[in-house]
Amino acid sequence: MKTSLIQNSSPELIRGTGLTKSYSTEQGLIRALGRVDIVIGGAQTIALVGPSGCGKSTLLLLLAGLEKPDSGKLLFKSTPLAQPPREIALVLQDYGLFPWKSVRSNIELGLKIRRETIDWSEIMELLNELDISDKLDAYPQQLSGGQKQRVALARALVLNPTLLLLDEPFAALDTLNRERLQELSEKLWRQRRFSMALVTHNIQEAVRLGQTILVMGGTPGRILSVIENHEACAPEYFGTPYFYEKCSQVRTQLESVA
Amino acid sequence: MAGPNVVATPLATLEKLLIESQSQRFWKHVEASSFRIFCALVISFVTAIPLGLYLGSSRRADRIAKPLIYLTYPVPKIVFLPLVLLIFGIGDLSKIMLLSLIMFFQLLITARDSARAVSKAAKYSLKSLGGNRWDLFVHVIWPSTLPSVFTALRIATGTVVAVLFFVESIGARYGIGFYILDAWGRADVPQIYAGITVLALMGVVLYETFDILERVYCRWNQL
Repeated sequence: MKTSLIQNSSPELIRGTGLTKSYSTEQGLIRALGRVDIVIGGAQTIALVGPSGCGKSTLLLLLAGLEKPDSGKLLFKSTPLAQPPREIALVLQDYGLFPWKSVRSNIELGLKIRRETIDWSEIMELLNELDISDKLDAYPQQLSGGQKQRVALARALVLNPTLLLLDEPFAALDTLNRERLQELSEKLWRQRRFSMALVTHNIQEAVRLGQTILVMGGTPGRILSVIENHEACAPEYFGTPYFYEKCSQVRTQLESVA
Repeated sequence: MAGPNVVATPLATLEKLLIESQSQRFWKHVEASSFRIFCALVISFVTAIPLGLYLGSSRRADRIAKPLIYLTYPVPKIVFLPLVLLIFGIGDLSKIMLLSLIMFFQLLITARDSARAVSKAAKYSLKSLGGNRWDLFVHVIWPSTLPSVFTALRIATGTVVAVLFFVESIGARYGIGFYILDAWGRADVPQIYAGITVLALMGVVLYETFDILERVYCRWNQL
């Protein structure tokens, strides 16, 4: 069975070896992941692409410590990952904001739960950067999709994660908002240098944000190819001929998987 | 044919209410009924809601409790009245217990179903922030089920006011149910209507109270 190992620069954050995961549903057992090896480390960005149902989101949930693998080893900083580690933050596709909490309460919730000091002057700097500083008293349902995604990003980033996991974060947004948020993510990554793993269906998004692009496919899902893309997240990379060349490389890989 | 012996005019009812409101005895009736409803509300709320939320969040516990709930839920609780009287006597306690029992199931089922409807995404989101089971309850399950709890309380209120009349017809010296039956025995039609009006007003006050509480505690749901 073919497996892929992604070795980024040290220090190593997460190492998963032979990860498998199945879900039992009313239709029977669904094998979502089949023997995936992955190593994430250093301030690098990874994009996971592949057809629907190939196990991308499942892999992200395993990495976040929210689901346990059926078999295989998953280590966070060399110790078995049992609970969601404090250093990992996750942004879900539907934003994961709580409609019964205001933007302010949503943002500070993680810090409150972790009993960490809430430094609002620092948070306000981030909110200014994200252009949502005037929305603190609003509720998520009063915000646009782009604003909700910015709040979700803020809630994750105030936790100062060393690894940020994003599950199709901009999928529900229009093209302009999507590009603005991609640019913002690039900028925030350059400023803060966390590791980032992003699940996306969008090839341009993967090439723009993923320094390593993992093409997943098959049933159960596996990593079928690895494309190095060191220019990702660099200013001025988006839209260059080299960028589009990478996009067509990823497209070719995806077509072969399909 | 319905005549003045059966139907009191609104004016006659109002006049009777005004006269009655000046007597201490009338307010004792109101107080007794209010006390029973209040106690029943508190008892059913503090037992049914935590249990319902727990069953809704724990599949295993729900599997164990489900047969018992489905067996007892469809039984009209009013048939337990003789047993409740035997166990708790003919005083206030039996009346409160029966009212609580009626509200208990309505609140329990609603709380359980609402807790079960909490999305997996919301649970993931909370856990990814470092939340444990208690945080999940405080920050996700409780607030998300609160609007349904208020709806259940409003529905239960209607039932409880109706049943109140019935339970106060047995072994009671005070209460609006007794007040109405006493008037019936004396063929005091305006007093019967005055009692019915008071029961209706009690329902309105409770309904509105839950409405106001929902507006305050579930502001997010009104946006």
